[in-house]
Amino acid sequence: MIRFSNIFLKFDGRQVLQNISMDVPAGQTQVILGGSGCGKTTTLRLILGLLHPESGSIVINGQEIVGLTERQMASIRAQMAMVFQGAALFDSLTVRENVGYRLWEEGALNNESIEQRVAESLRFVGLEDTLDKMPAELSGGMKKRVAIARALACKPKIILYDEPTAGLDPINTHLVSELVCRLHREEHVTQIVVTHDLECAYRIADRLIMIHRGEAIFDGSVDALQASDDPRIRTFLRPEEVLAEPGCFPHKDGGIRVVPPMSEKAEQAPA
Amino acid sequence: MDLAVTRIEDTFKGYAAAVQDFAQLCVTAAAGAFRRPWYVQETIYHMNRIGVGSIFIVVLTGIFTGMVLTLQGAIQLEPYGAVPYVSKLVSASVVRELGPVLAALMIAGRVGSGIASELATMQVTEQIDALRAEGTDPIKKLITTRLIASLVMVPVLTVITDGIAMMGGYLIAHFSLSIDTFFYWTWAFAALGPMDLVYGLLKPLVFGFIVCMVGCYAGITTSGGTVGVGHSTTHAMVTSSILILVSDFFMTKLFIYWGW
Repeated sequence: MIRFSNIFLKFDGRQVLQNISMDVPAGQTQVILGGSGCGKTTTLRLILGLLHPESGSIVINGQEIVGLTERQMASIRAQMAMVFQGAALFDSLTVRENVGYRLWEEGALNNESIEQRVAESLRFVGLEDTLDKMPAELSGGMKKRVAIARALACKPKIILYDEPTAGLDPINTHLVSELVCRLHREEHVTQIVVTHDLECAYRIADRLIMIHRGEAIFDGSVDALQASDDPRIRTFLRPEEVLAEPGCFPHKDGGIRVVPPMSEKAEQAPA
Repeated sequence: MDLAVTRIEDTFKGYAAAVQDFAQLCVTAAAGAFRRPWYVQETIYHMNRIGVGSIFIVVLTGIFTGMVLTLQGAIQLEPYGAVPYVSKLVSASVVRELGPVLAALMIAGRVGSGIASELATMQVTEQIDALRAEGTDPIKKLITTRLIASLVMVPVLTVITDGIAMMGGYLIAHFSLSIDTFFYWTWAFAALGPMDLVYGLLKPLVFGFIVCMVGCYAGITTSGGTVGVGHSTTHAMVTSSILILVSDFFMTKLFIYWGW
């Protein structure tokens, strides 16, 4: 269970998150939607303790994590895993070493058990034949799937995904979305997925929260999101309808800003 | 006017904050050497990369420094008829100053910039965050291991540079200046006292610390994608070279003050 209460965060004087609150019950998949730079990834970093909020509370499985030191965070992080946007595989290690990294570091299992766990995780993502490859030899989609295998290998209670389908072709997007669904169905892992891929979001979400300019403007089910008449949500979900006319751009308050065509400007300019 | 004052104030605050962060990183990295896990394999790997990988450049640095010093020294000593004693000049200047400083500058170019670019790439590709997410202390794993490797290998490389420089000096002294082998080496060692050994090993220890920590700090504070990686690499190289030269002056001054 993850509880976010009234989180505020500033970077260099700029308010990045404003009064964000959300509850993610155990075993559920929560999707965080929003445009680029709205504060979605920052939310994940706060959960992982890589950033600290200005104010507010973050409770993970009953323990408050705001104000914890790096060493105190270690036991909290042991229950979590994160799939980074660029996969963040360790360049100098093979796929096997990447996937089994945490298990070898912890040293709680013997070598044989770790190898078995690594093979199982790679089989789950369909990449059991890449064990001895280096990350540089993998495609973008394969890297994402290895990152999911790495997250899975330590059997975490919570998995955080940062744009898991960004930059992938439709087949890999489908594969990654399916993996997230399977983890929900078969392993009952609590998952938080940051994305702006609506198709993926609709498919995997139990619940969605939408962030716009650091503020949560929606928290609810997929159906409720689709039925929303908030102009900011409508623009995000159906830009082809709202911004149909040439020269239409979204305004920060959710309205529409019309920019005249360049030729018109050029005609008006001389005088 | 107020805007200018505010900007100057912000700039100085920025420098002070960077110095504070650097000092904090140095203390944390050094303290990491005294607590588990030890990462022995990683440390040996970095020793190999820093030490064995740099032998070629320090050998070249040493041999040419020794040869040119002997040639120049002979010209200066000739009016006094003291050319046969050129080895005394070579060994004293190489062991006390040129060996440690030149080896450190070459290592800063090869190792310091390498450390900076490696850590900077890890930083911009989120690999350092991934390490933290996997429950690993990145300072201990990435920085402490490199620091131990540098503190061990830079003095070793300096001793090699010193030895090779004296050998280079001997080649010129023997084959070009016709100085007897026994004479050359007798006066070369006569110029060195026990404190020169301490002197010649303390400096590389400090230089090794500077090269490694400046490279690591530049690397892990990188931002701004690939442009940031290039900037950090240059920054690490320039800063560590300047710090080597400045710290060399102050160490020499201090050693002279203590009467070493």
